[in-house]
Amino acid sequence: MTTIQARGLHKSYGSSVALDSIDLNVEEGRILGLIGPNGAGKTTLLNAILGLTSYKGSLTVLGRNPWTQRDDLMNDVAFVADVAVLPRWMRVADALDFVAGVHPRFNRAKAEAFLARTTIKRTSKVRELSKGMVAQLHLALVMSIDARLLVLDEPTLGLDILFRKQFYDSLLNDYFDHHRTILVTTHQIDEIQDILTDLLFIDRGNLVFGCSMEDFDTRYLELMVNPGQLPSAQALKPIRARQIFGRTILLYDRVPREQLLPLGDVRTPSIADVFVAFVGDPNQPPPFSPTPSAPVPSSTTGAAQ
Amino acid sequence: MTPQSVPETANPGAPHLASEMWVATELPRTPEARRLFWLIRREFWENRSLYIAPLAVAALIVLGFLYSAIRIPADNVFLTTTTVVNGTVTRAQHGIDPIQIYDLAATLIMTSTFFVAIFYCLDALYSERRDRSILFWKSLPLSDLTTVLSKATIPLILLPLLTWVITVVTQTLMLLINLAVFHARGMDTTALHTNLPLAQNSLLLLYHLVAIDALWYAPIWAWLLLISAWARRTPLLWAILPPFALTILEAITLHTSYVSRFLTYRLHGPAGMDFRTLHGPEGVGVMSMSPHFQITPAQFLATPGLWIGLALAAIFLAAAIQLRRYRNPL
Repeated sequence: MTTIQARGLHKSYGSSVALDSIDLNVEEGRILGLIGPNGAGKTTLLNAILGLTSYKGSLTVLGRNPWTQRDDLMNDVAFVADVAVLPRWMRVADALDFVAGVHPRFNRAKAEAFLARTTIKRTSKVRELSKGMVAQLHLALVMSIDARLLVLDEPTLGLDILFRKQFYDSLLNDYFDHHRTILVTTHQIDEIQDILTDLLFIDRGNLVFGCSMEDFDTRYLELMVNPGQLPSAQALKPIRARQIFGRTILLYDRVPREQLLPLGDVRTPSIADVFVAFVGDPNQPPPFSPTPSAPVPSSTTGAAQ
Repeated sequence: MTPQSVPETANPGAPHLASEMWVATELPRTPEARRLFWLIRREFWENRSLYIAPLAVAALIVLGFLYSAIRIPADNVFLTTTTVVNGTVTRAQHGIDPIQIYDLAATLIMTSTFFVAIFYCLDALYSERRDRSILFWKSLPLSDLTTVLSKATIPLILLPLLTWVITVVTQTLMLLINLAVFHARGMDTTALHTNLPLAQNSLLLLYHLVAIDALWYAPIWAWLLLISAWARRTPLLWAILPPFALTILEAITLHTSYVSRFLTYRLHGPAGMDFRTLHGPEGVGVMSMSPHFQITPAQFLATPGLWIGLALAAIFLAAAIQLRRYRNPL
């Protein structure tokens, strides 16, 4: 079952293009990390998927058009757009009552269990909670919704590292199962490396890279070249070179480990290393790597607006 | 529940289970009325001034009334009493008609909810964008239609009803205070009974609240909600300035005053219901129901202005719903 399918998704604000032409396929049961620099179009893409903005091109989320069928779609989708968006006047107990009242898929007992692990008092108002507590409350509410798609836009922004670890652990252990799909964006790439199943880089309104984490782990290798062996290392066509402490570090795609071992120290790069290779230099056209998407249908019809 | 009362259910032995099973299969739907109920409840959580302001005014009125009723000496109570001598009505004693105090109480409470409604409407679709909480509301299965309607319900239905209930309770308390003081002083309470047609007045007030505050003012509330959904800052200014500027522009360029007459007509109400007239004790200008206020529903319903206003209100609300869809947090 396909959760998200986009063909030629385009969005511009006046003359500035936020999304150029996005083709995307996300299957059920994936945890997809959407990584990109500021202003790359991450939030616009998420907003289009959540029906918060109109767009051109075709986009289907859980079999629905998110712009025209948003009211229906939101029964099956949950999102955290920003940790600070819980209304400040709301009491914790009222927030639980409200979501339980309006959301058919909200499990109140689950939310109570999440909150029991925190120090949040039911009688507190959101404005009286610390930033971390607001995030905990919001995530407790969202993770108690039996949604088929969960979208997290910088869910841990401004939170300390202990809480961030706790959150991602909880996301994986208490929430995720193979009927759900999670789409997450963050600048703290390395923290989510272990929980992702798929990776997507977005830059200047285009998806510039996409692969599954299994592929990622087998395809990319980083080599710290021994002095004197640079020419033979260069001959293997690295996709990026950088200098650290006077030594050259080269990044390879689909070059067997055995070939690299004689040339220096080989290690598995982090997402950030590969990200820099693909997105890092704004003056260079990024090396293209096909996105995990199906063939593009010939005709795409525009959505609203 | 007995099985006999629901013979149609598939499992008559456990009729309560049948409804639960239905909920389970139809899971993704919460009845729209239930969502509306929670959204309206939410409005009262957020905007406690909706009931605190009129209650505070009512409490002040009752306390002030209690104080004056106890303090004024018995022989100084100025009541207008009428005496019928040989078929002609003569005023035996001139003084404050007690009904005026009661009317004043109603007027004060109405005025307070009128202003509460104005500020409520201007804030309703603006503050959720300013504090970005709109992103939280939009993450729940709540349509823009239901959300905007829940907010329109407040000035159109709930505030008028609340005003009426608070006024009736306040006037009842005032009457009880009056009766208690009169009894304590051994005074005749007949004047109170004959001069205070409170039951009749409360019906008049209810009619007035429904006809004017809800129906006649509907385009005003809808306009304020629209501005609140549209403005990026200072919704109050945006709500007031365009009509004001149009009035001035028209006066300067065309030397006519259609806009201002249109606005005044909207604020004053149709003929026979013109209640924003200046009157009151000692010539103090107060917004009150005028003595000429008439209950003429047929005439009111036949006023084109009513239907024009309701059509405008529907257009403004539809525009507010669309705007909420497109507007991002500020």
